[in-house]
This record gives sequence, C-alpha cells and structure tokens, in this order.
Amino acid sequence: MKDLVAVVMLAGIYSLLSASFFVVMDAADVAFTEASVGAGISTLLMLVAITMTGRSEHLVRHKPMLALVVVTIIGGLLIYGTLDMPHFGAVDSPIHGYVAPRYINDSMQEVGVINIVTSVLASYRAFDTFGEVVVIFTAGIGVLVLLSVERRPEDDAEIDSLNKAMHEQQLILRIATKMLIPFILLFALYVQFHGDFGPGGGFQAGVIFASAIILYAMLFGLSTARRVINQSFIQLVAAIGVLLFGSTGLVSLLNGGNFLDYNVLFVDPIAGQHLGIFLIEWGVGCTVASVIVLIFFNFAGRRENYKRKKHRETK
Amino acid sequence: MPFDINNVIDIMSAICLLIGSFLCVSGGVGILRFPDFYTRIHAVGVTDTLGSGTILIGLMLQCHESLVFVKLVMILLMTIFISPIACHALAKAATLSGLPPLLCNNKELEKKL
Amino acid sequence: MMFMGLYNYWIVVVLMMIGLYIVIAHGNLIKKIVGLTIFQTSVFIFYISIAKVDGGTAPILEDGVSQYSNPLPHVLILTAIVVGIATTALGLALAVRLKEAYGSIEEKHIQDLDNHTLENQSKDEQGC
Repeated sequence: MKDLVAVVMLAGIYSLLSASFFVVMDAADVAFTEASVGAGISTLLMLVAITMTGRSEHLVRHKPMLALVVVTIIGGLLIYGTLDMPHFGAVDSPIHGYVAPRYINDSMQEVGVINIVTSVLASYRAFDTFGEVVVIFTAGIGVLVLLSVERRPEDDAEIDSLNKAMHEQQLILRIATKMLIPFILLFALYVQFHGDFGPGGGFQAGVIFASAIILYAMLFGLSTARRVINQSFIQLVAAIGVLLFGSTGLVSLLNGGNFLDYNVLFVDPIAGQHLGIFLIEWGVGCTVASVIVLIFFNFAGRRENYKRKKHRETK
Repeated sequence: MPFDINNVIDIMSAICLLIGSFLCVSGGVGILRFPDFYTRIHAVGVTDTLGSGTILIGLMLQCHESLVFVKLVMILLMTIFISPIACHALAKAATLSGLPPLLCNNKELEKKL
Repeated sequence: MMFMGLYNYWIVVVLMMIGLYIVIAHGNLIKKIVGLTIFQTSVFIFYISIAKVDGGTAPILEDGVSQYSNPLPHVLILTAIVVGIATTALGLALAVRLKEAYGSIEEKHIQDLDNHTLENQSKDEQGC
C-alpha cells in the first residue's frame, strides 16, 4: 500500500494486538509496557516523522523475487530448527528448571517484594537495567544531535500569535485536556510506586508521564509547552536519572558490597533492598520520561522549522 | 431454582456483557457499511463508549474485592469522558483538512418540495 | 501429532519473515523502519510464548497459587521493548535528516544522487 499513514496505523494496531496477546500469556508487566510504548509513543513518533518526510511511497520496489526466495529459505531453515524445541506451555521444559524456581521461591525472603518481575529487574538483574537506562539516555542524546533547532525569539512571537488565534477552534479539546492531565500525572505516579505490588514500575510510569506532557504540547503549542517545562531542565532530569542509578551502585561499593548490591545500603538487608529498588525505579522513571519528552520536542521543533521554511518559500 | 442473590447478580452481569459485546460488534459493522467518514465516526463513537461501559458494568457486578471495584469505576469514568472527545478530535481534524460530508442529493425529493 | 505443540514457533517464524521481507524488498525508509518494528515484536512474542507454563498465572506472589509463569523472559523483553523504541526514534530522526539532505527517502533516489555527486567530484579533481 502506498499511503504511509495507513501503514503506521496498522503497525500501531499490530502492537496493540500483541499487547493483548501478552496479557493472555500471563505477562502483565510486558503487556503494560508494550501497549503504552508500542501502540502509543511509537505510532506518534512515526506520524510526526511522516509529516516531514512525505505521506506516500513512490513505488520503486527492487528485486522482490530475490527477497521472496531468501525469506522462504531462511523461514524454512528456522522452522526446521524449531522441531526440537519444547512444546508450548510444557512444565518440564529446560528453561523452567534452573534459574526461575530460585527466583520464584527465594524472591520473598531475599528481596521482600511480591512482584517477581520487579525483583528480578531491579535487584537480581539490576546491571542489565542500568545498561538499558544508559541506552535510552544515549538515544536521547542522538536525537538531540540530529534534530535540535536553534530557537529565535521573533519566531516564538509568530507562533504565539498563531496559537492564540487557534484557541477558539480548539476550545473543547483544550478544556478537556486541562481536566485530564492531572489525572494522567497522578496515574503515572501511582504506577511508579506500585511496581512492587502489581504490574508497573519505572518504565511504564515514565512513558505515561511523558505522554501527559506530549498531550499538553500537542494541544497548546510547542512554545507554550517549552515555557511550562524548560528544555534544559528536561535534559538535566534525564542526566540525574542515570546518575541516581549509578550512584546507588557506587554507594553499595563504598559500603563494602558488590556494585548494585542493596543488602549493604541499610542496617536491615530487606529494608536495604526496598530502598535500593525505590531509588533505581525513580532513576529509571526520570530518565525514560525526560528522554521521550525530549525526543518529541525535538521532532516537533524540527517540524515547525520545516513548515516555516515552506511558508516562506511559497510567499 | 432458589432465588439466590448470587444467581441474580450473575444473570445481570451476563446480560450486561452480552449487550456490551453486541454493541461493540454493531459498531464494527457500522464502520464497514456506512458510506461516509463522518457517519462512520458517529457509529464507532456512540457504540464503542456505550459498549465498553456496559461491559465494565457487567465486570463490576462480578468482582468480590472493593479495590478492584473502585478501579473499574475509575476506568468507566475515564472511558465515558475520553472516548467522545477522541471522536470529536477526529471529526474536527477531518473538517479542518477539508473533507466534505456526504449530503443527500435526491432530485426527486427536490421536485416534491 | 507432535507438531501440534509447536504452532506458536511457526507463527513467530512467519511474522519474522514478513518483517524481514519488508526490510529487504521495500525502498522507502519509513517502511523499512516499520518492518523492523514488526520483526522486533515477533521476537518478543517468541520469548513470551516460551515463558508460558500450562496452568500458571502471572508471576506476582499470591496466596493459594502454586504455579507461576517464568518471570525471566518477561524481564528480558521489558528491557528489549524500551530499547526498541529508542532505536526506532533514532532511525526516524535519521530518516528526517536524510530527507532534508537529499530531498527524498527512497533508497534508489538517494543512491543515484550519491553516485551522481561522486562522479561530479572525480570529474572536478581530474579537471584541476
């Protein structure tokens, strides 16, 4: 199909369907993250990119038969490879035998958190989570390098007058958004702190927080949103998130344990685990929220620049 | 059969769930069969909100803990609030982009008038 | 009938191959990024379907439940989802910059423009 907007919408529906599949597969945390990230932020970013790169595809497909042959061969080899794998849902398959029972049985005594996924993510495998937070931070820096546009005060005044003229047209949406945003932020905080007891945690909370700010920026104009939340403040929060995570590990080192070993953070090991998980979930939430807001602000700022250039060319 | 309050609640929640799913399916049929963009938005907006509302009410009748009940009430309020606004946003975007609505062009009707 | 237990892997392989075909055969950069997203999501489905245990519930400790689904792949996929969106955002930023630099995001047009500029550059150097 040639219309890229339809392609992006279908990709969003695909993500939402896979999120509902994850719920059926008893993966509540993963479904939450996939629904908010895949069906929400990813679709939004692709739509903003399409407004700048063109809405339809010029059909120049090269060598589809060769691609089809390659894909069929690889698919056949993969299916041949899966013939040895354990059946769907088997209780005695090898992956359920070694590491997982230790996590399931000992998570309550060693970590004291009832959501096993959070205890594995934040305590047993905290180093992987640290790497992931750094990857998100690097992606934010990459988008800043590629897409940031210098803002001049006379452009701001032009955009402001345009926004005020549009206020009458968008009255219903603006009023409804003003009523909804506090609830969205409250929900983000709830998800952040509730990661210990149910599905939730830092990632989902960060994405929901970012989506509230993006909603405000979409309806009230980018310059108004930038005045509400300064871009340098958001960059600072992103860096503070990564620093919080790393310094929790360093404090554990200084107290005599391993890197990111929370038992030594406090007198009581279980309380130390709770404190450590609380701090790093804060770090993850801060970084994820600020990086997603940063990416959206840069995409939207580039788009305003693009539209202004086109407007000046047609004058 | 004994007139047990649990049976009555079960039957009521089953009726609510059935009505809700019928409404959602009819909204889907409406998307496929209506001729114009605006009528399709109307079909989905009304039936989706009401359908998910009745499904949530059916679920509320089934839950035994108060915490789940409060969460479902909040989801119901949010759905009733947000879903019509989303349809409004769609219709407004279509109008501002210049999509003309399909009006009735029946010439026999004009002759009669 | 032992193949009936393996149908989830075959569905995943089909989805993966669809994503791979989109990346190879289409020239439009945005479509390639969408194909990569489809590929990534199929890998997530693979891992999560492996983690499922018959008769298990979500891995949140509760009274009266003895069988849980495996939480380890859930953790890995949680990380992978967020990393996936980070790379998608970077890919889209690159596509926007490519459009500004070359005027189009079709692979063939960009390659033609590149070859054209290389030929012009070599002609200029020969002329000097």
